[in-house]
Amino acid sequence: MVQGRKRPAIAGWKNGQIKGLCGDRAESCDIVPIRCDNLHSTFCLEGLYDPIDMNQRGSGKVVCMVVPSLAPCMDSKDWGAEMAQNKAKMISLEEGGFAIFLVVLAFVCLIVAGKTFDQVMAFHAGIGTLFAAVGVFFIFKNYFDDGGEPIPAEIDGKPNYNMGPVKFGTIAAVFWGLAGFTVGLVIALQLAWPALNFDLPWTNFGRLRPLHTSAVIFAFGGNVLLATSMYVVQRTSRARMPGRILPWFVILGYNAFIVIAGTGYLLGVTQSKEYAEPEWYADLWLTIVWVFYLFLFLGTLWKRKEPHIYVANWFYLAFIVTIAMLHITNNLTIPVSIYSTKSYIVWSGVQDAMVQWWYGHNAVGFFLTAGFLAIMYYFIPKQADRPVYSYRLSIVHFWALIFLYIWAGPHHLHYTALPQWASTLGATFSIILWMPSWGGMINGLMTLSGAWDKLRTDPVLRMMVVSVAFYGMSTFEGPLMSLRSVNSLSHYTDWTIGHVHSGALGWVGYISFGAIYCLVPWLWNKKQLYSLKLVNWHFWLSTLGIVLYITAMWVSGIMQGLMWRAYDSLGFLEYSFVETVEAMHPFYIIRALGGALFVIGAVIMAYNLWMTVRHGEAEEADAAPAGSLAPAE
Amino acid sequence: MSAWKKHEVFEKNSFVLLIGILVAVAIGGLVEIAPLFYLKSTIEKTVGMRPYTPLELKGRDIYIREGCYLCHSQMVRPMRDEMERYGHFSLAAESMYDHPFQWGSKRTGPDLARVGGKYSDAWHTEHLIDPRSLVPASIMPGYPFLAENKLDTRDTQSALTVNSIVGVPYTEEQIENAASDLMGQARPDTDAAYAFEERWPTAQIRDFDGNPDAVTEMDALVAYLQVLGTMVDFSIYDNKANSR
Repeated sequence: MVQGRKRPAIAGWKNGQIKGLCGDRAESCDIVPIRCDNLHSTFCLEGLYDPIDMNQRGSGKVVCMVVPSLAPCMDSKDWGAEMAQNKAKMISLEEGGFAIFLVVLAFVCLIVAGKTFDQVMAFHAGIGTLFAAVGVFFIFKNYFDDGGEPIPAEIDGKPNYNMGPVKFGTIAAVFWGLAGFTVGLVIALQLAWPALNFDLPWTNFGRLRPLHTSAVIFAFGGNVLLATSMYVVQRTSRARMPGRILPWFVILGYNAFIVIAGTGYLLGVTQSKEYAEPEWYADLWLTIVWVFYLFLFLGTLWKRKEPHIYVANWFYLAFIVTIAMLHITNNLTIPVSIYSTKSYIVWSGVQDAMVQWWYGHNAVGFFLTAGFLAIMYYFIPKQADRPVYSYRLSIVHFWALIFLYIWAGPHHLHYTALPQWASTLGATFSIILWMPSWGGMINGLMTLSGAWDKLRTDPVLRMMVVSVAFYGMSTFEGPLMSLRSVNSLSHYTDWTIGHVHSGALGWVGYISFGAIYCLVPWLWNKKQLYSLKLVNWHFWLSTLGIVLYITAMWVSGIMQGLMWRAYDSLGFLEYSFVETVEAMHPFYIIRALGGALFVIGAVIMAYNLWMTVRHGEAEEADAAPAGSLAPAE
Repeated sequence: MSAWKKHEVFEKNSFVLLIGILVAVAIGGLVEIAPLFYLKSTIEKTVGMRPYTPLELKGRDIYIREGCYLCHSQMVRPMRDEMERYGHFSLAAESMYDHPFQWGSKRTGPDLARVGGKYSDAWHTEHLIDPRSLVPASIMPGYPFLAENKLDTRDTQSALTVNSIVGVPYTEEQIENAASDLMGQARPDTDAAYAFEERWPTAQIRDFDGNPDAVTEMDALVAYLQVLGTMVDFSIYDNKANSR
């Protein structure tokens, strides 16, 4: 065995594989240098190479990777010298910085947890302490495991992509997706059968609804965006993400935010701003994570080997920057004390309403549109094996989309105390916005020109194409609903809920599922998905679910809007409010059924992905991994 | 050199792209938000509007905590049916002390902007405990725990202080006596109630939940609901005064 160095545990080896054999020299030498991809370090194994021990059972093939610096076989002595040198390496500024930051954070959380009388704050500060402490532990464990050896940015002239955080984000997205869809189904059932609220604080509709919206938008959608953006920016820049702690800090920190926000809702911590419900301390944490995310993304762009920044990255960058601006402005609160979960926002009344819907509509525009358009611009050309339809169209629609979207917010406030000019301006820009939205749709759909036949054979591509069609549909419906006359009927009703879900389930959901179906085989080096038939089932079940959902909401929304304004022949209001509630009952049941189908589809997806990772056929080690080249620009 | 070629400056330089994006996304918000801080109609002062009393503020916190805003709007639109159903359309001034605003976006239940005074305290208490005992077709969740939970009063004064920092005109006296005023409003005929009445002449003093033994979360929430939309007296409101 190697002197002074324990043999790596099997669990540390990337997926039980060793990439690339150490060339012919190794065979004539009894000391085999092997690089472990996961631990980012070099190991020298003395004696005969034991394939069984290295978890290569079954395949019989031993493949591993030559580390250039170690290519000539070293004897034990050299290795010892190398070890001594490694030991002396200082902890890097990045590792040290993050470690100090997390230690300080852990202490602050501990003090807050100890001094607060607010039980939820104590709980959240406790979680903060735990997470920060675990973070510090892993930073040091990582350092001592590999002796601070720098990770090569390239191996054999090929970029050494950092896919660990991408994998984590993909798994988290599937997990949070299932959770968020299920909570959505629960609250749909609560509206049909109110007894399901159980009259308990933490199970009532008012606390579960933000849990649903945040889980699907920020937990599911957010992890999809983080994972795909880290994947796409590395691939299209042909560069490894900077830092070894930074990418993990971003993805884990973001998920910590989700845990804090989600548990907070159930325990009654909310600032009541829709889609921005988390309280001040969660907002503050997200701001820190987001700034690091921006630097991670920009840092990868700065290292790029391509002269051009690929179009998907424009959209990702717009999404990251704009969400930062919106998040900070809409969450300028002053906490009652640092030991309290409660805060009051600096804005009030009309100004607050305007800021909130400027935020709210652009959470749609930049989180759920720009970010997912970036996914469209990478994954559809990739899966269809065709270049993006029009490069010029992508330029025009990118700038038009981000400039116009920001204006659309006040269409949520027609006929309110907001001055009419503001809501009319919002509606006007919403109408104009139709054009760049459809520009994106056309660019996505037409990318398939010459490859339409693939829709018959490739259910993953079909999912993504249908998603773009849903995008076109909901971006047509949106401007329609922003008109004052339509809005006077549709506002406050289920029509809005239906509209949102045609965009959320159809567009965001399907493009995410498509991207995840692409990513999992790529990331885990599998030839293909476990079963395309199951993808088909997922597709048809959830499409049926979406159709049931949005048609039920159209009918109940328009019906309720008409009932509210109905007059009888004597000039009295025809219906009391509760009569309109009663009338919606059958549609609430149909909606819940639609939601259930969508949940079942997602469960099928999760099973399919699990089987792909566990039992999928491994990709040939030497074959170029899928997605290694950027789509043509 | 074609215009498309010029776009390369954005594609080849991440900083230029970043600045370009920032400029593009900043304009709309500035144009729409900034004027709201000086236009007369959005910053009008209206006779009758006063900040929430400590008890009402606590009730409002509970309204927010339980997510009431997700199903109940607080914004009556100027349409015939809405004004007949709910009352005078909502004014900007009526939510000027709302941090944050509670206009809502969905009416799964009816609008609550003018619910104050429409039902008795006993009706509200019973309805919150078991909505279907009073409205059989209601789909509202029950909140029986509100009547059992004692109101947490520990940071009442800080809550008022923070509200005054963000612009709610509480007097120093009101802030100093917040804790005692909170109790006084829910306990009629006590010394605290008399002191409260002096500082808050237009507020209602009642045992809102009908339980004289404790000041509960129900007291606070009902006190808040009963003040909604009642501050402005529309018989004397001059709707031309602030138009511009």
